[in-house]
Amino acid sequence: MIDYIMAFLVGGLICAVGQILMDFTPLSPAHVLVVFVTLGAILSGLGLYQPLIDLAGAGASVPLPGFGHTLVKGVIDEVNKSGALGILTGGLKATAAGITAAIVFGYIMALIFNPKPK
Amino acid sequence: MAKITQEQKDYQQLVKNVKPKPPYLKNIVMAFLVGGLICLIGQLILNFYISLGLDSTKEAPSATSATLVFLGAFLTGLGVYDKIGKRAGAGSIVPITGFANSIVAPAMEFKSEGYVFGVAAKMFVVAGPVLVYGIASSALIGLIYYVVKF
Repeated sequence: MIDYIMAFLVGGLICAVGQILMDFTPLSPAHVLVVFVTLGAILSGLGLYQPLIDLAGAGASVPLPGFGHTLVKGVIDEVNKSGALGILTGGLKATAAGITAAIVFGYIMALIFNPKPK
Repeated sequence: MAKITQEQKDYQQLVKNVKPKPPYLKNIVMAFLVGGLICLIGQLILNFYISLGLDSTKEAPSATSATLVFLGAFLTGLGVYDKIGKRAGAGSIVPITGFANSIVAPAMEFKSEGYVFGVAAKMFVVAGPVLVYGIASSALIGLIYYVVKF
C-alpha cells in the first residue's frame, strides 16, 4: 500500500514542478519535457535519482526524468560490462521497449484515428 | 523604433491588468493530482508485472513503460487524453503517457500531408528533441563515467 502512496506523492510532486515551470517561466510544454529528461540524466549521473526510484517506484520512473535516468543507468551498466562501446549502446538498449512501443503504437493509433474537431 | 507615448504605456498597463491571469494554484493542484494518479496506475501495472515473475529492476519497468505508452497513445487516438490535458496541464504532459501523446497528436493532425512527411515526420516534433537531449546527455555522462573510472 505504501508504495502506491509514495508513487502518487512523488509522481504528483514532479508534475507540479513541471506545471510551475510552465506557468512561471516562458518554457513551453516541449521545453519542460526536454529540461526534465536532461535533468533526470544529470541527477542519475550524480547518483541522486536511483534513491528516488527506490523510494517511489513508478512515481519516479513514470515521469520524464525517469526516462533520462533509465538512459544513463543503461549506459553506465553497459560501460561496466563491455567498456567504452557501452557509451553508445547502453542507453537505447535500456529504453528500447519504451521507444519502440512509442513509435509502433504511435504510428498505429495515428493510422486508425482522426483528430477530433476542437 | 518610435518612442512609446504615455498613451501607449497606459494602454499596455491596461492590457496587463485586464488580461486573465492563469489560475496558478488550481493548475498546480490539478497537475499534482492527475500526475500522481498516472504514476499510481503505473505502480499498479509495475506490481502486476512483478507478480507475473518479471525481473523488478529491468524487465518489469520496461513492460510498464510500454504499457503506459500504449494507453497514452490509445487515449490520444480516442480524443480522451487531450480532454484530460486541458485540465491537468503538466500532470498529463510530464508522465511517459504524455510522451506518447506528443507523438500521436501531431501524427494524426498532419495525416493529410501524407504518411512520410505527415505522419512519420511529425511524430517527432516533440519526441525528437526529447530523444536528442536525453540520448546525447546520457552518452556524455557515460563518457565522463568511463574517463573517471578507467
